[in-house]
Amino acid sequence: MSDSSEGSGSDARRLRPTPGLDLAVIREFGPFRAYASDIRVDSGVTPDKRVKTHCCFCGQQCGLELKVKDNTVIGIEPWYDFPFNRGMLCPKGVKRYLQQAHPDRLLHAYEKDTSRASGFRQLGYDDAVRRVAEAIERIQREHGPDAFAILSGASLTTEKTYLMGKFAHMCLRTANIDYNGRLCMVSAGAGNKKAFGVDRAANPWSDILGAEVVLVAGANVAECAPITTNYIWQAREQGAKVIVVDPRITPLARTCDLFLPVKPGRDTALFNGILQLMIENDWVDHDFIEAHTVGFDALAEQVREWTPRKTAEVTGIAENSIRQAAEWWGSAKTSFLLHARGIEHHSHGVQNVLSTINIVLASGRIGRPSCGYATITGQANGQGGREHGQKCDQLPGGRDLANPEHRAHVAKVWGIDAVDLPQPGVDAYEIMRKAERGEIRGLLSICFNPVVSLPDNNFVRAALEKLDFFVAIDFFMSETSRYADVVLPGSLQEEDEGTVTQTEGRIVRINKAVDCPGEAREDWRIIQDIAKALGRERGFTFDNPGQMFDELRVASKGGVCDYSGVTYERIEQNFGVFWPCPSDMPEGVKAVGPQGTPRLFEPGSWNPVAKGAGPFYFPDGKAHFNPTPYVGPAEDVDEAYPIILTTGRVVSQFLSGNQTRRIGPLVDNYPEPRVELHPRLAARLGIADGDWTFVESRRGNCTLRASVVTTIRPDTVFIPYHWGGRKSANQLTISAQDPISKIPEFKVCAVRVVKADGAPEYALLLESQQ
Amino acid sequence: MPVPETLEFFVDPGRCIGCQSCIQACAECDTHKGQSMIQLDYLDRGRSTQTLPVICMHCDSPTCAEVCPSDAIKRAEDGVVQTARKPRCIACNNCVLACPFGVPKMNTRMNLMMKCDMCYDRTSVGLKPMCASVCPSQALAFGTRQEIAKNRPNSKAANTFRFGAQTIRTKVNVLVPANAAPELIDVTAAMYEPTIGHDMLESVFGGKGEAGA
Repeated sequence: MSDSSEGSGSDARRLRPTPGLDLAVIREFGPFRAYASDIRVDSGVTPDKRVKTHCCFCGQQCGLELKVKDNTVIGIEPWYDFPFNRGMLCPKGVKRYLQQAHPDRLLHAYEKDTSRASGFRQLGYDDAVRRVAEAIERIQREHGPDAFAILSGASLTTEKTYLMGKFAHMCLRTANIDYNGRLCMVSAGAGNKKAFGVDRAANPWSDILGAEVVLVAGANVAECAPITTNYIWQAREQGAKVIVVDPRITPLARTCDLFLPVKPGRDTALFNGILQLMIENDWVDHDFIEAHTVGFDALAEQVREWTPRKTAEVTGIAENSIRQAAEWWGSAKTSFLLHARGIEHHSHGVQNVLSTINIVLASGRIGRPSCGYATITGQANGQGGREHGQKCDQLPGGRDLANPEHRAHVAKVWGIDAVDLPQPGVDAYEIMRKAERGEIRGLLSICFNPVVSLPDNNFVRAALEKLDFFVAIDFFMSETSRYADVVLPGSLQEEDEGTVTQTEGRIVRINKAVDCPGEAREDWRIIQDIAKALGRERGFTFDNPGQMFDELRVASKGGVCDYSGVTYERIEQNFGVFWPCPSDMPEGVKAVGPQGTPRLFEPGSWNPVAKGAGPFYFPDGKAHFNPTPYVGPAEDVDEAYPIILTTGRVVSQFLSGNQTRRIGPLVDNYPEPRVELHPRLAARLGIADGDWTFVESRRGNCTLRASVVTTIRPDTVFIPYHWGGRKSANQLTISAQDPISKIPEFKVCAVRVVKADGAPEYALLLESQQ
Repeated sequence: MPVPETLEFFVDPGRCIGCQSCIQACAECDTHKGQSMIQLDYLDRGRSTQTLPVICMHCDSPTCAEVCPSDAIKRAEDGVVQTARKPRCIACNNCVLACPFGVPKMNTRMNLMMKCDMCYDRTSVGLKPMCASVCPSQALAFGTRQEIAKNRPNSKAANTFRFGAQTIRTKVNVLVPANAAPELIDVTAAMYEPTIGHDMLESVFGGKGEAGA
């Protein structure tokens, strides 16, 4: 970085307007709403081609066809043959095509320029890459390799996530890479590894059908994984009882058979209480426990204190409801348990996950048809993105950066010495803390919008402002990219190809529909261009994602997440392939079928850890019960902050909204965040439906309109988190993290709520999505 | 080509999750791109998340056609009631006011009444309509009566509705609980019934005193 630009950088920081009210940058880069027009509404247009691919948003990865005309995606057509969703799509899938050819699309690189109102000016692509390489080189030379960090994301293809891990560990040799799955899948991942030794949905969704009981804990299925609704309700048509655990009566809960309105942060207590009733009534599978598990006796001792009375007192759920849940779950012949961020986004998220796994293992109902367990992944590649080396402690194939054998295997594939691989780094939030302390001086971010998505985001902004150099790869100018020194124009999902692994563990093909516009590039080309500009291009000369995938297959071979037998052709021929899918098996072990391994833990199944000793991924082949002592939330309510805040999503928006807040019909569906509260609480506070309402925590505040509904616990308010600036729920949330998974506690903090004096400043200045 | 007789439309309000996928998909239909013909409302958001999609029911004797002074609305032999014919529609709004289900919409920009024609371009070649294709909870379903009977054993199809003195039979079916007594749905009377889910609310949050303690 030149001296002059360093000077202008600090000016920019001093002059930066109130976050979220930086009108000039919004005027130039949006978010603005796009609607179908011209070629997209002309009925006479015949598409040039229809491309079979998947949705760019959530972890369900619904199959669909993109209709393409003149390098523009003009619409979608249901892909009826794809077995997971059979043509079904949520509104995001239907309207996703409007993100392409969008007026806000970044067509060039940009660099910070305080002489311009928006703070940015265009920069040639090659010059931008050179500036990035110079900054990386300088920061690492002056402050050591770990002073430059990388934040990546789980909406990227598996090929790209593999490349990001390799880029950090081999090219930059920094320990500090982490990804936005830190806000998503890590509690489930850690819990699954502790209990099963492997981190993947245990069953395909088809196993939901035929279950006698479907238990859904902390998952707003109808809004966050809409297609799964049909699986659950089809099971119900066939006689299943549906039990929903949630502080809100979500659309799925509306017609469930038993609703357990858990007080946010008390999930472990509930499942301990259910397990205690199962033991007391002998609703456990002794043969399974004896043959296939360890640790049951210690756990039974630990949950003994969780009487129905105590469980009811802690969870806020009626005692008879807890008894009913335990009876239905305990005495069922078949069952499926699903959970998601509702129980995972806690400072004890791993304990919550383990407490649900404990009742699954005690029932013995796993590894068989209609006997299942799964977490529902959030992002498109929420599964694949957590397997191949962009997590702070990980190498490809689900291997560990701290394990000498694993390091040796990957180093050999990469053609380097294992001693040159860095040791495990820190998690995404700790990267921010290190940046704020000046220990991390430079940052490259891709597919991550921490200014909106991380908790306590006033701190995140302060951390970003401390950086010497920040480069963001983005397709739209996100709230986070506004803090960058250089913005490189990356690619949309439909502008590249590769694979992702969806919620069931099924690897699916993302096909390219259109070319990158302007000077935008496929993300992997940008990374390789930076490596080249650094003079370290060895290992970063792939010509296409297929070559990356082939190297990933070798790197994952023999690991827990074994992709070695997967090819693009095999994926396409079988509507996806479920890992593990080894290319070859030891002698005498049956090869996996064409679809790989749809169901884990089947009796007699082989895996590379147990090597035939049993179906679970530990040397003795047995699953582990884990003790789950109840721990309350990091910040409980008190006199000053007497109300619980919980956060979540709405169906028409996705994560930080960088894409969906630019799609007009989706914005219109739910234009701005509202604070949901129960009429009983609203009456006490003198707040009516639609009133401007001031919500404040110890970290920040925001003013939103109230939505007064009986479908939420009266001690809890809810705010969806998809918006930035002064509308962001994460101004309020707490950065307390789970000690094991490091997931932040998005689902519980303490707030006070009052009726606002009037409309906030932003209401007059901004469009709803801005 | 007519819509095959074996394929029917079923609306199951109990399954609606309010996601508006049907509305978004309707606007993708090739015959009226950019405009949705579906209405979706919360019944009483203050008290329930219950939503209801309203699509054209394709009446046997369509009131919209009966009140049309310019004979712009036609019912095809397969029972699909077509959108107004542009050369004939005089944008008088009679149909909009008369339809008991509140379906037709007046496009004031085009001076034309528009309504669902059951994705004629799709259904006439054996494809599902856009809304029933995408509906993630299959509250809107398109298929054979046998499929529905097999997959939804707790429901039965009803297609006769009473609005005051008027009785209407429709091509589109509504799924009602299998044990529901009457064979026809008295819509006017149902307006005074509470929204689904209230009883659950009472048992969940009712009578527990002040929460948050």
